[in-house]
Amino acid sequence: MALTKTHYEFKPYNVARWIIWGLFALILLLAPKLFNSNLSVSMLSQMGVAIIACLSYNMLLGQGGMLSFGHAVYTGLGSYVAMHALLAAGSGSLPVPVTLIPLVGGLGGMFFAVLFGYVSTKKSGTTFAMITLGMAELVFAMSLMFSEFFGGEAGVSGNRVVGESFWGITYGPQIQVYYLTAAYTLVCVALMYAFTRTPLGRILNAVRDNPERVEFIGYNTQHVRYLAFIIAGFFAGIAGGLASVNFEIVTAEVVGSGRSGAYLLFTFLGGATFFFGPIIGAVLMVLAFVLLSELTKAWLLYLGLVFLFMVMYAPGGISSLIMMNLRLAAFGRLKQIWVAYVGLGVTALIGLAGTAAMIEMVYHLQLNTTASPELVFAGIALNATSFNSWFGSVFVMLTGFGLFELARRQYLHDWEETQVYIEKEIKRREAL
Amino acid sequence: MEFFFISMLNGLSYGLLLFMLSSGLTLIFSMMGVLNFAHASFYMLGAYIGYTLNGVFGFWTALFLAPVLTGALGALFERLSLRRVHVYGHVPELLVTFGLSYIVLELVQLVWGRTAVEFVPPALLQGPAFTLVQHSVNGLSLVWGAAPAELCNSADAAVRMVCTTFPATRGFMMLVALVMMLGLWLLLKRTRVGLVIQAALTHPEAVEALGHNVPRVFMTVFGVGTGLAGLAGVIGGSTFVTEPAMAATVGSIIFVVVVVGGMGSLGGAFLASLLIGVVQTFAVAFDYSLLMLLQQLGLATSQAMQNNSVLKLTLSQVAPILPYMFLVLILIFRPKGLLGTRET
Repeated sequence: MALTKTHYEFKPYNVARWIIWGLFALILLLAPKLFNSNLSVSMLSQMGVAIIACLSYNMLLGQGGMLSFGHAVYTGLGSYVAMHALLAAGSGSLPVPVTLIPLVGGLGGMFFAVLFGYVSTKKSGTTFAMITLGMAELVFAMSLMFSEFFGGEAGVSGNRVVGESFWGITYGPQIQVYYLTAAYTLVCVALMYAFTRTPLGRILNAVRDNPERVEFIGYNTQHVRYLAFIIAGFFAGIAGGLASVNFEIVTAEVVGSGRSGAYLLFTFLGGATFFFGPIIGAVLMVLAFVLLSELTKAWLLYLGLVFLFMVMYAPGGISSLIMMNLRLAAFGRLKQIWVAYVGLGVTALIGLAGTAAMIEMVYHLQLNTTASPELVFAGIALNATSFNSWFGSVFVMLTGFGLFELARRQYLHDWEETQVYIEKEIKRREAL
Repeated sequence: MEFFFISMLNGLSYGLLLFMLSSGLTLIFSMMGVLNFAHASFYMLGAYIGYTLNGVFGFWTALFLAPVLTGALGALFERLSLRRVHVYGHVPELLVTFGLSYIVLELVQLVWGRTAVEFVPPALLQGPAFTLVQHSVNGLSLVWGAAPAELCNSADAAVRMVCTTFPATRGFMMLVALVMMLGLWLLLKRTRVGLVIQAALTHPEAVEALGHNVPRVFMTVFGVGTGLAGLAGVIGGSTFVTEPAMAATVGSIIFVVVVVGGMGSLGGAFLASLLIGVVQTFAVAFDYSLLMLLQQLGLATSQAMQNNSVLKLTLSQVAPILPYMFLVLILIFRPKGLLGTRET
């Protein structure tokens, strides 16, 4: 029997939602106009790819509570499938336009998710994590064995300018690839958001929170996890396919554990509890991989430290911090606390600068033993062997962290106050 | 025969090394429900600390001190970081140790450099433990230590003699692992401390009500577990290579061991370690492929088949993926693991 309404129900348009999605589309459209150098357009394309990959990862981690250490398997294999499809299209044996190559990658990722997911999703929790880790190792080890598919050390490379140009679109210039990526990003993000609203998406949340009760209401949790895994594999494959079109080369490292670890790290940093968290994480990921790794050799150490502190003090990631302060702003209390934020930020920066100067000096000593012990850090000339540089760094670090502790106490005090106020305010509004 | 014997011993010694690692991991897991992702990092840390102490105090002091230091660092990490995250549940706990594995790797490279360091075992352990002499007339005989040259090179061309040695470091590895296993077993089953630990494992609230400091017990267990990893590190580092990649090479294998053996089962971990150690060692030694098998069976092989990369793969090339294949098979046919009792 179809559900028909017996009464009139007022259903307004969700204006805020249309505004947010419109803004998102506008950002995707205008970003290359603002940042129009070659490097930034390439980075923007990578961000689009990373956004799809991180959101698909969050479908497992955030929505399904499945901690996967092998998500790069699906993006990576999607990349390989897409690249082989591109090569086949180039040789004329497969009539697929380049525009649809990422979809082929998606189907590839989905195929492997169907295959490996069956074993992986048999378990949840810690065992699931270990199985995905084993799967990732398995695929990576295989990538060095089967050189026909994986191309061995050199990888597989192709040419994305294939077939007739359509309305002048050849995908030769990077900007065209960016708009292809942007279009896929918008559609995939919308689809993945829509997924969270489907009954499957909802029951997936239930499987994360209380699998036992889900079993009692008649669902097979393993089945739900498997379906979610397949869908996540599909979107991961699309991301991989876009990466193939973007870079025109795929090497074995795309299925490596480093890549999987990066998805996990940045999805978590962005925030797994909110839908938009992984988008922030993906943007940070590309910035870190392209810019931070140029800036310092110790970037993985900083990344690990940031991650560790994030897990310890803000397990909801950056997005949860934003949402907490939005709540504050909604109650008009942000003006009370922003001074404390400035204090926290400045003192933390001072402390970190001192720490970073020391780390950089040690790295400098460890890696360039033959060169001179002098280095430039943040515009200041340091000498890694001199007492002065070390004393200065330690002094700056201790001062920074000492002041940070004071600022933190003040901040905690202010924060408590605002929270008490908000609680009161909520009660008062309820009483009205 | 001597090939089988030596390979078996090599496999067992490698398996016992894996057990030294996975026992700590299992202990921590069954106690706290935390799968310590950084366990292999503590193994590496143990090796590097052992290397440094080896240069200062000598090997035997390092063998004792490095695990203690590694365990202290582990306990410190538990106290300062892991305990804070405990309230958020198991996934953040796993994530915190995941972050730690990045940090330890970078710190090790920061302190000791990116290339391998030369961790030389003491003179006592440098030579072979014993030599098997295969004499084509007199049969197999065993000589402790290195065999004299005249035993290996026969003057008579008609008599064939082959000497196969077994390194002393590997023998020592087996000895330490067995002593450690016995010690762990006695500690858990025969002492009061072990009784408290076992009780805290299943009934933490009851143990707490009886006046034991359960968080401190957890910290101790974490310290002991990472200390065992450190001990394995000193021995593994001096037997194999001490390099920044050593954590990654052994890390994923020990997780396989823990899952295959059954999460939280010490006996299962022991069985799975030995199994994986032996299987991997034997697989490396065999250079046969499916193609050869087909040819042995007398089947005709076409040119296309001879160029097929799947058929051309030799067993020794497949060796690195065998543990993971094993993992998949176990999960399909016995999801609990070999000796596991937990369903999830």
